[in-house]
Amino acid sequence: MKLKEIIEKLQLKVLAGQDKLDVEVTGGYTSDLLSDVIANSKEGNLWVTLQTHQNIIAVAKLKDLAGIIIVNNREPDEDTLQKANEENVPLIGSEEMAYEVAGKLYELISS
Amino acid sequence: MSNENELSHRFEINGRDFSNAGRASTSIKEILQEIGIDSSIIVRAAIASYEAEMNVVMYARRAVLTLNVTPEKLHLKLEDEGPGIENIDLAMKEGFSTATDEMREMGFGAGMGLPNIKKNADEFEISSTPGKGTTIKITISLDSTENK
Repeated sequence: MKLKEIIEKLQLKVLAGQDKLDVEVTGGYTSDLLSDVIANSKEGNLWVTLQTHQNIIAVAKLKDLAGIIIVNNREPDEDTLQKANEENVPLIGSEEMAYEVAGKLYELISS
Repeated sequence: MSNENELSHRFEINGRDFSNAGRASTSIKEILQEIGIDSSIIVRAAIASYEAEMNVVMYARRAVLTLNVTPEKLHLKLEDEGPGIENIDLAMKEGFSTATDEMREMGFGAGMGLPNIKKNADEFEISSTPGKGTTIKITISLDSTENK
């Protein structure tokens, strides 16, 4: 499923990286530990996290993740938004908590 | 890059430089993609170099990371100037970390860095002098997954 469809269906908000929403999402990975995400996420995964600092962009870029969903209505730092735009990494916001976002995402992708 | 069969790149990494953290490993990934290295090897090299780079950013003053690729092997060498590691066996244990609370809040300090580097290497060497710095050398073999 394409990222833009997921954004539409889950009513998520695109915060940065608008140019890369056509990407295919292969699954999701939920974690707030960067080493865990680097080690275990897979290419095309949508990363669900509460981290908002700029270093999440390098992680997404290195693992070719489809994008990052920041949960709980948390606002990414200014330099995170800037990096996401520079590196073309979709940064997406959700009002819901990680449990809900991951649950809905799982259902959507596996259906 | 003088030798046709061998490629070498050198990256400088500065301690506490969170805004450039990930640059060296991203460059390494791009270089490996350009020269057509198998994607499963690139993922391993990217994970290892990212963890090495973040260790420098979090703990050391500065470091030089060198990438060297021959037709058979990929080598990464990280030499840092920093506090060094007192007990390497302990540092290699999954879950052990000396990260500060601030780093942990940022999602670092899971105690997975060095184990992640080792897991993704075919050969792994680490040496450290407390008060001076740490050197890590890893090798990934390109033979097993070579696509002719």
